[in-house]
Amino acid sequence: MAIQKFTTLRSTCVPLPVENVDTDQIIPARFLKATSKEGFGDNLFRDWRYDKQNKPIAEFVLNNSNYSGSVLVAGKNFGSGSSREHAAWAIAGFGFKVVISSFFADIFKNNALNNGLLPVQVSAEFLQKIFDSIEKDNKAEVEVNLEEQKITLISTGETESFDINNYKKTCLLNGYDDIDFLLSNKEKIEQFEANRKLAL
Amino acid sequence: MGKTLFDKVWDAHVVSEIEGGPSVLYIDRHLIHEVTSPQAFAGLSERGISVSRPERTIATPDHNVPTINQHLPIKDVLSATQVETLKMNTEKYGIRHFGLNHPYQGVVHVVGPELGLTLPGMTIVCGDSHTATHGAFGSVAFGIGTSEVEMVLASQCILQPKPKRMRINIDGELGKGVTAKDIILYIIAQISASGGTGYFIEYTGSAIRNLSMEGRMTVCNMSIEMGARGGLIAPDEVTLNYIQGREFAPKGEDWDKLVEYWKTLKSDDDARFDWELNYKAEDIEPMITYGTNPGMGLGITQSIPTLDSIEPATKTSFAKSLKYMNFEEGSAMIGKRVDYVFVGSCTNGRIEDLRAFANFVKGHKKAENVVAWIVPGSKQVEKQAIEEGIDKILEESGFELRQPGCSACLAMNDDKVPEGLYAVATTNRNFEGRQGPGSRTMLASPLTAAASAINGVVTDPRKYL
Repeated sequence: MAIQKFTTLRSTCVPLPVENVDTDQIIPARFLKATSKEGFGDNLFRDWRYDKQNKPIAEFVLNNSNYSGSVLVAGKNFGSGSSREHAAWAIAGFGFKVVISSFFADIFKNNALNNGLLPVQVSAEFLQKIFDSIEKDNKAEVEVNLEEQKITLISTGETESFDINNYKKTCLLNGYDDIDFLLSNKEKIEQFEANRKLAL
Repeated sequence: MGKTLFDKVWDAHVVSEIEGGPSVLYIDRHLIHEVTSPQAFAGLSERGISVSRPERTIATPDHNVPTINQHLPIKDVLSATQVETLKMNTEKYGIRHFGLNHPYQGVVHVVGPELGLTLPGMTIVCGDSHTATHGAFGSVAFGIGTSEVEMVLASQCILQPKPKRMRINIDGELGKGVTAKDIILYIIAQISASGGTGYFIEYTGSAIRNLSMEGRMTVCNMSIEMGARGGLIAPDEVTLNYIQGREFAPKGEDWDKLVEYWKTLKSDDDARFDWELNYKAEDIEPMITYGTNPGMGLGITQSIPTLDSIEPATKTSFAKSLKYMNFEEGSAMIGKRVDYVFVGSCTNGRIEDLRAFANFVKGHKKAENVVAWIVPGSKQVEKQAIEEGIDKILEESGFELRQPGCSACLAMNDDKVPEGLYAVATTNRNFEGRQGPGSRTMLASPLTAAASAINGVVTDPRKYL
């Protein structure tokens, strides 16, 4: 099965300058009761986004019409905590295609990549520059080029490169799917099993 | 050059390697529960493929189950659907399932070890970040997302980049009232909630060796709370004694062969780690958290840091945390308000934890201002607690033993701490809203939870010892 391809993206940004945004904030546990992947975007950042009466909290950035776009920019250690892939489904379901931070939690990073949501890790300095440029102009854009592994701040032309493992990069660029790849390894897997000596 | 324990186990499971990419890693044991598996099974259906090795997967519902009246139908329709979906999927694919009311049901990370399903040298995964718990047996165990659950179901393998190696050594003797939970909260407070990201940790040293298996599980369980992929401890006599004779543990010749292999499972003297840390057990006192990530912890006799002492980049997040907790900078932890006490979870819901709590509260009464939930980690733990008379001791002191599940650790079921109220919890996360919208959590050991439950405010357990 093919996944959605990612090549380049130019977009305005939604800034969330908070550190240690954990997956319980991204999607609280009480919204994990679905058995499909649909609809999680509605509850993205639920308890920061809505009050007890389910009214939007005006100060929260997702409720501020000045900010829009398919790039979420967040403080360091984004996606820490629970392994719930629902966090990646919620962010992608809301319409984001890229999350930028200076540091991602490991499991979240894998989950995002497995859903065609690109985590772009930049230096703390570059992250600050992005936040500063959005503060100056809420329509400030970034361009993310996966092939070249480069992120550019359009207003200043400043560029930084980012890391991604070659395998995942190829998958995203071409829309390849992990399970197809694993199934194509069937013989190797059976060989591995046949060669094992221990009853583990 | 020698190999680390982690390398030995990992390397023995590499089916193939992708250049510049992840390894195809074979998985010995796959644990699943109701919340992170339904979409993976749906994916298999969509592809028209089956489960590759159903005998290697074990299922039990835990996240979403009620902790009272488990014999009645689950009232919450969505929760009931998830629990039912797990049952249907496991029946469809021939996967062993310990459903609600089954004598082996419980929190997945409590169930695996107590049934002898968790063994040294295994690779173990589960769609739950606290899978690191099983590392206590010298296995490479880590949490995965639902796409990865689907990978394992489809192929018994997972694509995974190899983490770096870290060793955390703790030598010395723990003081009175200091437990495994305090060791791990201390470490996380030292290196922060993200300090271990990218690493797999081996815990060593005499303070670790002297822990029971339950204590070792508590330590490994919270490896993820510093961002680490997992944590593990080399198997020894304590490990083998714990496993031998358990329901699904290998027997006879299989056992003897494995024991020979398990004796080789330790880091070689000349093994190299990417990062090494050393701590002294004597420096650790009973720990408690004051903020909204597990790295925001301190010794219970200490005071919350002042804003001035926090590095500039973290000031905003620190202030946001204190505002959420409604705590004053620089204020003491001892004496802080407590409304709820929760004992349970994959971190501290095993028999030893209930025993420690019961022994502590014996002869005392629960403070009237405190609501307490004591939740066993599994049906087996519940059964043993009743056999040992722990339920009676709890009752006499004003506590009651509930039924097994994840419960108020993540508050997916009805066990929610109300908005604005304070809980001392033996769990693993103090995130905003973790125990219910607006709830305020202080993480601590079962002893600190017990002391706080009987005194009605945050209390140093050593006061009673």
